[in-house]
Amino acid sequence: MTSYIVRRLLQTIPVLLGATLVVFLLIQLIPGDAAGVILGGEATPSAVAALRQEMGLNDPIPEQYVRWMAKVLRGDLGISSQTRTPVLTVLAGKFPNTLLLALAAMLLAAVLGVTAGVVSATRRYSWFDRLSMFAALFGNSMPVFWLGLILIIVFSLGLGWFPSGGIQSVRGGDGFLDLIKHLVLPTITLASAATALIARMVRSTMLEVIRQDYITTARSKGQVERLVIWRHALRNALLPVVTVVGLQFGHLLGGAVLTETVFVWPGVGLAIYGAISARDIPLIQGGILLTATTFVVINLLVDIGYAYLDPRIRYS
Amino acid sequence: MASGLVLLFIALVVLLASFVSPRDPFLADATRRLAPPLTPGYILGSDEIGRDIMSRLVHGGRTSLMVATVPVIIATAIGGFLGMIGGYFRGRTDTLIMRTMDVVLAFPSVLLAIGVAAALGSGTGNLMIALVVVAVPSVARVVRASVLQASQLDYVLAARAVGASHARIAFTQILPNVLAPVIVFASLETARTMILASGLSFLGLGVQPPQPDWGAMLATGRQYMIIAPHVATVPGLLIFLVTLSINTLGDGLRDAWDPRLGEA
Repeated sequence: MTSYIVRRLLQTIPVLLGATLVVFLLIQLIPGDAAGVILGGEATPSAVAALRQEMGLNDPIPEQYVRWMAKVLRGDLGISSQTRTPVLTVLAGKFPNTLLLALAAMLLAAVLGVTAGVVSATRRYSWFDRLSMFAALFGNSMPVFWLGLILIIVFSLGLGWFPSGGIQSVRGGDGFLDLIKHLVLPTITLASAATALIARMVRSTMLEVIRQDYITTARSKGQVERLVIWRHALRNALLPVVTVVGLQFGHLLGGAVLTETVFVWPGVGLAIYGAISARDIPLIQGGILLTATTFVVINLLVDIGYAYLDPRIRYS
Repeated sequence: MASGLVLLFIALVVLLASFVSPRDPFLADATRRLAPPLTPGYILGSDEIGRDIMSRLVHGGRTSLMVATVPVIIATAIGGFLGMIGGYFRGRTDTLIMRTMDVVLAFPSVLLAIGVAAALGSGTGNLMIALVVVAVPSVARVVRASVLQASQLDYVLAARAVGASHARIAFTQILPNVLAPVIVFASLETARTMILASGLSFLGLGVQPPQPDWGAMLATGRQYMIIAPHVATVPGLLIFLVTLSINTLGDGLRDAWDPRLGEA
């Protein structure tokens, strides 16, 4: 087990390095001259040239990359051009909000998706099966931001059950219940695509597992059907689902940008959206780097968890 | 089957946009702002500066469909090529290619697309570049897996034993086996790209105004949600319907060609 963990860790490092390289290269792609932007249009060419030299923009690219990486590893992700505060501080404040939303959506998607998938598999071709697979197709095809808008229009503006955005009510209402009320619609929106995918996957793997010999054995031993399904079949079917769930978390982090924009949820996604509008390059970079790193770390944890659950993986 | 027809219908309408569209999509009429659907002359209503939504949908469809399909075609070509090389020659080339793909896949697609589009600047062309970058690794993986499988087939081994050149084997033996899964994957990827593209336009990174585009229409319509919800919901509905049709088509293709790839 330990050797597997070490191996996976070592494999992760080049991927993370590659990710930083990609983010760095993205900065280089941006047209325009950083020094020129800082000094403004009135600056003399010699002043711009001097600032370029001082900022190290004339050095070869690999050198610039190394210097940038050193700063990143020290936690210096640059200064946000909108608020003039360090990017890391800005993101650190928003990250818990995004994490909360992503975790809530993950939980909803996992519970709903697994249940729907299991019931669909055990009652194959029944009305429930057809309905849920139809719903899954819908969920996969629905643009996240559109679903969010529809939910707002129906449940918030129309019925008034839930607030239409934000994380807290403006007029007092500081409690846990208030937070939950604000969490409901964004969570449903974000979870939709993941739920659809998980439901389909669980149904598919369950159908395969149910055919296995050990299920027939359990049944012929007189095991209660409910236990056969939930304890034997599901446990084995869940293994590939765990990987998918982990991957979905990464997509949730990405999709959070759209959901947070629609619901004005103060997380990393909304920050990135604001940064795009304001051309705040350091913040965009920092946000992408932070999210990508989280994604890679989550994948690593999922892989290790998977190896823990299925010992066959450790030896491959 | 039905979804194929729906798609065909939409594609036709969009292609013949100039003839079908009731009005000029850029023509703004400030006296008729935010008209609800079924107002005479504006079947689906008008938007915030008085442009006919139906016309904008039809014209925007051109952009939206193009932005969804062209990047996938390009990505399939590039990714297919990379996957073929990796899967066929294996060894260090394969490892190098796949590791690079892994790095790109380390980013959630939405974020990577945002990053590339933000770096290159907004606009339809840059949006398509970003979408290609996002799609290539997945295609490469699928192609590589198929190629690896196909390489083991008896007649491929036989061809190699007879001394056929790599290129010949690749084209005549491997490619036909790879085609089916790739087409299925490409159709599903088109659906994802459609959503991704409209998402980026929604964020302001893709198609720029006044160019009509379904995602962008959703973004501007959002401000008028309370008084005129149709401005935002109708374009979104169309995105949803087209994506649904593409997904159904892809599923249908998969079931027809290889039921094992789909659900049991």
